[in-house]
Amino acid sequence: MGLFTELKDSISRVTDRLFSEQEPKRIGIYGPPNAGKTTLANRIARDWTGDAIGAESHIPHETRRARRKENVDIERNGKTVTIDIVDTPGVTTKVDYEEFTDELDEEDAIRRSREATEGVAEAMHWLREDVDGVIYVLDSAEDPITQVNTMLIGIIESRDLPVLIFANKTDLDDSSVKRIEDAFPQHTTVPLSAKEGDNMDEVYDKIAEYFG
Amino acid sequence: MPKATNADDSEPSDGVQIDLISGERMDGMATMEKIRMILDGVHDGNIVILEEGLTPDEESRLIEVTMAEISPDEFNGIEIETYPKSEARDSSLLGRIMGSDKVETKLTVIGPANQIETLHKDETLISALVSRN
Repeated sequence: MGLFTELKDSISRVTDRLFSEQEPKRIGIYGPPNAGKTTLANRIARDWTGDAIGAESHIPHETRRARRKENVDIERNGKTVTIDIVDTPGVTTKVDYEEFTDELDEEDAIRRSREATEGVAEAMHWLREDVDGVIYVLDSAEDPITQVNTMLIGIIESRDLPVLIFANKTDLDDSSVKRIEDAFPQHTTVPLSAKEGDNMDEVYDKIAEYFG
Repeated sequence: MPKATNADDSEPSDGVQIDLISGERMDGMATMEKIRMILDGVHDGNIVILEEGLTPDEESRLIEVTMAEISPDEFNGIEIETYPKSEARDSSLLGRIMGSDKVETKLTVIGPANQIETLHKDETLISALVSRN
């Protein structure tokens, strides 16, 4: 074997090892409460690993701790993109335990609100310190121009994190993807229904393109 | 420097105190000083209006500190409103080098969540209803 070939093989082995040992990117799933973040995280995790990440509920703040699913291998066009999915609690600037008293007794409602506030703080900490990219999930049947959305998108942009906006719940009658595209024209918006599994091919194409 | 809130010891029996805080006053303050000033005002039931708003990092920390201070039946958090951004800010590397990612100044209104309700918001108008609890 010639010196040149040996050198080339050696470099190739080193670069292969470097890339194979690269930590998977941590992709945070962010958004306001009840946008369908956990439904999406479970959909992605089930499609590629067979396991779910967390419980889903129509009561806001069901997710009160950030949860990570490691080494999710997404295959697109013959290539594999490995990411860690971080499902985060919905971000808000206010939590009133009385919001939960219709469905929970007072003690459970107070506990839920306390855990929700801790969860929001935890989500903000992850955003500042520990995620490499963001999937921002919005309920496409709701007005996207809210202060929380404006602030969070601003925070994500200020950190130069790659971001995809997912217009979720397209199965609902009031869904308007255009309203989200118009609100955040500087970012790519992907329509989907995580609950029904609609348009997941485009979802995975974009995840591979943005975070691969 | 005088306190930004409760400058007058005689608390009005009704009505809502509004603190309009200039960009100049905020310039020399550290992040936590700004957040403390805002939340102390809000805890007192005041509406705080910032001439130049907060940076994204300061907004992130304001949310975190607010969450730590929420307490059932006492403090439900804050309502905060600024104008939505109408165009993408140039946050590219070139933009940073050229200094064009300077934080936009944006009027910001912050109040107790149970006393301020946003009625309408678009790129040029924020309409809010303020009540005294």
